[in-house]
Amino acid sequence: MSDVAIVGIGMHEFGRHEGVSGMEQGAIAVRRALADAGVKWQDIQFAFGGSRASGDPDRMVSMLGLTGLQFINVSNGCATGGSALFSAFNTIKSGAFDIGIAIGFDKHDRGAFTPRIESSQGSDWYGGSGLALTTQFFGMKINHYMQQHGISHRTLARVAAKAFRNGSLNPMAWRRKPLSEDEILQAQMLSYPLTQFMFCNPGEGAVALVLCRADQAHKYTKKPVFLLTSVVRSRRFGSFEVTAPHLALEHNAGPTVDASKAAFELAGVGPKDIDLAQLQDTESGAEIMHMAENGFCEHGEQEKLLAEGATEIGGRFPVNTDGGCLANGEPIGASGLRQVYENVLQLRGDAGARQVPNDPKLAYTHVYGAPGISGVTILSR
Amino acid sequence: VLALAADGVIQGGIDSSRGQTHFMGQKSISEQILELGTNGPRLIGSRCRNCGNHVFPASTGCPRCAGFDMERATLGTEGELWAWTVQGFPPKSPPYLGESDPKKFQPYGVGYITLPGQCKVEARLTEADSKRLREGMRMRLTTVPLRRDAEGNDLVTFAFEPVESRQQEVSR
Repeated sequence: MSDVAIVGIGMHEFGRHEGVSGMEQGAIAVRRALADAGVKWQDIQFAFGGSRASGDPDRMVSMLGLTGLQFINVSNGCATGGSALFSAFNTIKSGAFDIGIAIGFDKHDRGAFTPRIESSQGSDWYGGSGLALTTQFFGMKINHYMQQHGISHRTLARVAAKAFRNGSLNPMAWRRKPLSEDEILQAQMLSYPLTQFMFCNPGEGAVALVLCRADQAHKYTKKPVFLLTSVVRSRRFGSFEVTAPHLALEHNAGPTVDASKAAFELAGVGPKDIDLAQLQDTESGAEIMHMAENGFCEHGEQEKLLAEGATEIGGRFPVNTDGGCLANGEPIGASGLRQVYENVLQLRGDAGARQVPNDPKLAYTHVYGAPGISGVTILSR
Repeated sequence: VLALAADGVIQGGIDSSRGQTHFMGQKSISEQILELGTNGPRLIGSRCRNCGNHVFPASTGCPRCAGFDMERATLGTEGELWAWTVQGFPPKSPPYLGESDPKKFQPYGVGYITLPGQCKVEARLTEADSKRLREGMRMRLTTVPLRRDAEGNDLVTFAFEPVESRQQEVSR
């Protein structure tokens, strides 16, 4: 069993890019990752690629070069990028190949995601009734959580203000204009208690990561970052998930808690060892809840932590240092890989104006999405 | 063989007390999930014959015990609001069948209602004021119109209304 290193990272800017297809953005990210690792496309032995809205990823070989490599498409909702990474990680761990690439890209239409629920009931009654919007779930989950655990509207605004502040320091981010907490609170209420600026938007962008056997990493880079573990979990009975026409009476903590526990166990580290984290922030409430679900604080403690600035770049536990989904938007195929890209930059010490101080050593990523799936990675330098 | 057995069970679960899809100028958005009639609207789900778990809409498999012996079940019509939000912008149409013109759109509540002994059902709420919605409030099944169809019927979907406010209206 080989350990696994990330030796090359590439990103196409997130945002809106008229006239550039999602797949073209993917190819640009791949070329940037290859250049970062100092390898040629011909050196890459395998690829896992994910995209929800921009075509079958393996078609991109016609742009990148027809080398005959093993290219497998991955489609797994919001955990598509995480699943591509999981697959690449285990392909190297198993010894099947020495060097490969995980790719994610997307280009979505404007407006809220309304997943079509395949129905044996003949009609799309769920979407037809005005249900089925992912935004409704996020509103209900954080509204319920705020009442159970004493989280205030102000704290929701603090998360969004931090995201845009961090985004303003990130040249690859979509939304780079800082907004005040009051501007965020006074914006249009989309799904109570969440306003327009508390939600991320479907967007565009691409990320590629070159991975290799850890014992060969120094051939490619002076600053390898090691992928300690990559875990994906689906939901268990009783969890509260997005686009669910019904829920069970009994309760289960959900796939994030399961994925997080498994990742810490596999990596042999605990939440207190982690220096920074990128946590799914589809909306600002999600970041708050995911801090606790991933084991980084107690439920309700976020109110105090956010007020103290603990999750700022200079705080004692920085969260979403690149601006997260709120500032970058959510191209589904690329989103989970963006988090890993940011952590690699941070662990290399290459994050520029948003560099977390004191040489961070361990970094954590978490994605969550429909229909109730979570992916976690832990990276170390 | 399993598929046939499962089909047989579902067929056998459809009972003679079946309601209507049209009632008093209303038409159900889907006869598979919502029946109308003199006794009021009813939601149709499934019950697992193995573990008793209820699901909505009807399904051929049980998410709780992984069994596949499901029977048709009529869900309860009253329960408590468990979690809620307010839909503040018009959903995209399609798929939405209601008013999607931003100038005419009226916000509506969305929540989960705990139906005792069965499950929590996600539904529209007739109340859209965040100051008047609270967890634990009693709610009752009703319908809301989405649009008028070609035959002049109101196409309706299910919703829950606060029980208290209705009593207040009656007493007024």
